[in-house]
Amino acid sequence: MKITGAQALIKALESQGTEVIFGLPGGAILPVYDPIIDSTIRHVLVRHEQGAGHMAEGYAQATGRPGVAMVTSGPGATNIVTPIANAYMDSIPLVVITGQVASGSIGTDAFQECDITGITMGITKHNWLIKDASEIAEVIAQAFYVATTGRPGPVLVDFPKDVAQSEVEWIDPPAPEDLDLPGYHPQLEGDHESIMAAVALLSAAERPVLYVGGGVLKAEASGELQRLAELVGAPVVTTLMARGALPDSHELNIGMPGMHGNYTAIMAIQESDLLVSLGARFDDRVTGKIDAFAPDAKVIHVDIDPAEIGKVRRPDVAIIGDAKQVIAALADAADGVEQSDLTAWWETLHGWQARYPLTYDAQEPGAPLRPQAVVEALAANSPADTIVVAGVGQHQMWAAQHWSYEHPHTWINSGGAGTMGYAVPAAIGAKVGRPEKTVWAIDGDGCFQMTAQELVTARTEQIPIKVAILNNSYLGMVRQWQEMFYDERYSEVYLSTDIPNYVMWAEAMGCVGIRVDTPEEVLPAIEKANAINDRPVVIDFRTDAAEKVFPMVPSGLSNSEVVVHPSQQGGA
Amino acid sequence: MAPEPFTGSTTPVEVTHHILSVLVENKAGVLSRVAGLFSRRGFNIYSLAVAPADESERFSRITIVVDAASAPIAQVVGQLNKLINVVEIRDMAPGEADERELLLATVQADEASRDSLLEHVGDAGASVIDFSATAVTVSLAGTPSAIDAFEAFLVGHDHAVEIQRTGRVALPRLNPSA
Repeated sequence: MKITGAQALIKALESQGTEVIFGLPGGAILPVYDPIIDSTIRHVLVRHEQGAGHMAEGYAQATGRPGVAMVTSGPGATNIVTPIANAYMDSIPLVVITGQVASGSIGTDAFQECDITGITMGITKHNWLIKDASEIAEVIAQAFYVATTGRPGPVLVDFPKDVAQSEVEWIDPPAPEDLDLPGYHPQLEGDHESIMAAVALLSAAERPVLYVGGGVLKAEASGELQRLAELVGAPVVTTLMARGALPDSHELNIGMPGMHGNYTAIMAIQESDLLVSLGARFDDRVTGKIDAFAPDAKVIHVDIDPAEIGKVRRPDVAIIGDAKQVIAALADAADGVEQSDLTAWWETLHGWQARYPLTYDAQEPGAPLRPQAVVEALAANSPADTIVVAGVGQHQMWAAQHWSYEHPHTWINSGGAGTMGYAVPAAIGAKVGRPEKTVWAIDGDGCFQMTAQELVTARTEQIPIKVAILNNSYLGMVRQWQEMFYDERYSEVYLSTDIPNYVMWAEAMGCVGIRVDTPEEVLPAIEKANAINDRPVVIDFRTDAAEKVFPMVPSGLSNSEVVVHPSQQGGA
Repeated sequence: MAPEPFTGSTTPVEVTHHILSVLVENKAGVLSRVAGLFSRRGFNIYSLAVAPADESERFSRITIVVDAASAPIAQVVGQLNKLINVVEIRDMAPGEADERELLLATVQADEASRDSLLEHVGDAGASVIDFSATAVTVSLAGTPSAIDAFEAFLVGHDHAVEIQRTGRVALPRLNPSA
């Protein structure tokens, strides 16, 4: 029996296990929205296409399954470019379907036409323009396969309107191993000799550090990581993309490295004699000045993407493969091998931890709220498996620093791209994927104003997320840089203390709005928010604008020049 | 084989170039994907030649001469391999490849200068493929250095009206040497 191309597309998405599409219809994608009425797939109608993309990303980061977004051609497609770029930087499996003008109109500057495959070529793993309805099933199967295997990432399928309207005989797509992808063969299993070489280095190292990146979460390798870490007794640092890969409470976890990491994690890497990189990519926010990064360390680099090997730092041992398989193989090979005595190394680390813990000035009665104290209060009064979703800036760093992440996939943020406005839509996507969990977006006031309209989506679609705005009336991270590096010359960073009125704005969007000015109001507001489960809640926490994120490695400097909190400076 | 009288020309690219012979799926936009990758990663292309690689035209071969000083060649190969339409990459260092290139040139040649020009053209192993009362068009296929030398001769003697080069194609040497 023949079906339309539009029906074939929806059927293809169903056959890939799609349970939800985040999207917004328009002219070119219109035919596809008709069979959605009859589909088992839930459609979440967003208010802006950027919201659809970030929701699909939040869904993917919370569940490990690919996020699916669907938008129309032209401006619909360009509005989702930022989420695609974000997914590319953070290796998030994302399948984006864009409507396209009819095949015969392509290239004529037709209404709402744009070359979205050309635009997204550099920020997708791959993209496709479907030219004939007979290709639909196989292209969609390829799209999901490419997005979810190897190093995950975004893909885009451009779907002309006439293809959607044409008729086709449905043929089931081939199994993944039979897909026509002659140039795509992800390597999953690590090379045995390299694994043995790595174990030899590891057993002899006196100051090893396991440098864990987001790839460990993508590979669902937390269990394997914990086993390896415990076998060798080495300290573990979890990058911004890997928070929760090993519980923060685990005695081997010394926290987050990088520009705003903690002193011990930063210096452990700097002073290490062996750095074991597991699914991490030596991002500039972790390495600081690359020439001065971990100068005495040999490097074992485990990555599923061969192009990451040697891109930034030449490794002594490279292992290409899936983190889960390679870490398991490393643990198997290390099991029973005598390890160096790390007592002296741990004494050094514990000394740093005692001297330079994460700290901030205590909350004074009557003074503006300390944002760090707000994060700690949220953490203390939320379930341990709460999913925390952040935007980008100071609030993101405080949320990464002051919340103890005990489970994988409970920390979601925009790392590589640094996409302001990520929190609200990504939290909505996370809640759709994990409806049983409490989802707190910790946002800044600048970020919130970029994508807050998606709370209308959340309210109307019954997605009860909670939003904590750490509102300092500034673009706080930029303000911090201007204070520290531009002689306190504040340029275009002040927003407003009274516009918008966040409580009224939240209520206008059908949410509960709460404003918190004093420390005494913090706990009651959090308890009230946690008790509301039938609609989103927004708490406007009025925080101290002068508060800065410490420690900080100033841009372009060596990690050894990390600036600790003022109370810890001097007398070294 | 034709003699190569115009030897001795070396350009910086000879020192640092690598030849990548890239087998790609012959899909719409594949050249754009390859070229876009080079530009966004800051890799420099010295020359590029494309043609179908099999009778079915399912695959094409792109021969890229890369300025290896612009990026580590392993990084170029690694990033290229990530393109889904790239099926296979052969990386050939200088000395590992038999390289050839084709040059076409239209050259001013009135009656007074024609004989001496044609003598040089013949010495270089080039052939005349078109002519008029005032000009001839010549072609030369040869090693890149022979092409460089012939081009230098044409430019240096101020004869050339228009010169077109194809960019190199290459296959691995059967007996690699320095």
